[in-house]
Amino acid sequence: MDVRADTTRQLVRLRGRSYVAFVFSPVVPIVDWLGEIDATLARSPGYFVGKPIVLDLSAVDLSSAAIAHLLGSLGERNIRVLGIEGVEEERLAANMPPLLTGGRACVITRNEPAQKSEPEKPKPTSLLLETPVRSGQSIVFMEGDVTVLGSVGSGAEIVAGGSIHVYGTLRGRAMAGVNGNSNARIYCQRIEAELLAIDGYYQTAEEIDDSLRNRPAQAWLEGDTMKITPLN
Amino acid sequence: MAKVLVVTSGKGGVGKTTSTAALGAALAQGGQSVVVVDFDVGLRNLDLVMGAERRVVFDLINVVQGVAKLPQALIRDKRLENLWLLPASQTRDKDALTDEGVGRVIGELRSRFDWILCDSPAGIERGATLAMRYADEAVIVTNPEVSSVRDSDRIIGMLDSKTVRAERGERVEKHVLITRYDPARAARGEMLNIDDILEILATPLLGIIPESQDVLKASNVGTPVTLNDADSAPARAYIDASRRLMGEQVAMVVPAERRGFMNRLLGRRAA
Repeated sequence: MDVRADTTRQLVRLRGRSYVAFVFSPVVPIVDWLGEIDATLARSPGYFVGKPIVLDLSAVDLSSAAIAHLLGSLGERNIRVLGIEGVEEERLAANMPPLLTGGRACVITRNEPAQKSEPEKPKPTSLLLETPVRSGQSIVFMEGDVTVLGSVGSGAEIVAGGSIHVYGTLRGRAMAGVNGNSNARIYCQRIEAELLAIDGYYQTAEEIDDSLRNRPAQAWLEGDTMKITPLN
Repeated sequence: MAKVLVVTSGKGGVGKTTSTAALGAALAQGGQSVVVVDFDVGLRNLDLVMGAERRVVFDLINVVQGVAKLPQALIRDKRLENLWLLPASQTRDKDALTDEGVGRVIGELRSRFDWILCDSPAGIERGATLAMRYADEAVIVTNPEVSSVRDSDRIIGMLDSKTVRAERGERVEKHVLITRYDPARAARGEMLNIDDILEILATPLLGIIPESQDVLKASNVGTPVTLNDADSAPARAYIDASRRLMGEQVAMVVPAERRGFMNRLLGRRAA
């Protein structure tokens, strides 16, 4: 049997892709201009590494030998030139980068470190509530302590990253240290709470000792047990 | 088989929560395993009437949103071991309930209980629609007054159109429960009488709960009225109603409040 394998023709795929290239426009005297480049490199040695560079010679009139010398000087500084523009083709030798035409100008924005704006005000670390917290209200303050000058009604809820201070009667729920702050505490002038929680450990109203009721109290965590004691 | 029963009304303040607690307790006293679910998100009260407000940690919203598991949120009654409560949240928005979430929770409850009693919020808004959405049966609570009866009529219309059963072309079994009924005042024409109410609503009667101080007394101490004093007139009426729910034939009587000897001597109480 005749087996004939067709040679599959490899297709040449042409794709367009555009890069942003730096354009160097040397000015006379060339030595000073090279000095500028040296200064840039001194500040950031890797500035031109891996970036395509195009040499625009339209501003200067250089002979073929001078162009070769310039390319050599740039080569010493590890700057590899991708192409040259703005010069007659005759002046370029075979070992030089090709002549480029039709480049379009674009603006390169440097990533300057952003101007330091007004120093931001530090976020408040406590929240003060001057009015009573009513039934159905839920106060959530993850950044720190919550202080309530009035009472916290039954069915209200206070969630704080830090401690909770209630200068009235705490009838609702208080959850302190919800960010994992086991040092947070709950203080109240009169305890009638539905639920106390610190860092995920909680007690419901039923578990709170009746002898504490209606008294000033504080709650804190000791290991993984919640302690509630009268204040003073 | 699990039955989902919604306790609903058009008008507020007619005794939905009291009735949910009383019927739930009566069914549990009859040996059924019962869960009462508070759908009145934002205005929870069933936990108070059940005397469990001091034990609430997680609520219906937490379960619907997947924050807590159902067993974490269920509270077992202290008096009856086959009576459970799923409380509502007071701090969350009533919009926190979603149709799928409620469906999932009801589905989970169906596998655990014989009866799921849903205490609906008043009105015709989303909360009320969600409470009745998955119901197999409905108890429409009505006072003997025109506004309550008219709103109940509206709710019955919704039960026939907005529930899953209705959408599948099935029926939600409906019952009317008349609360705060005073036979003497009805006889004097100060209240709508039973026949008029039933004629307007055209729905079978589940029970008549007499106006009684025992109801307020029981709910203020956090005990369903049937548990507080099973011999009182409203308790007997609720127990009869629960037996009717279980399919028994119980003669409909209007249980009058029993007056003590002193009361009889002193005559009528001031209303």
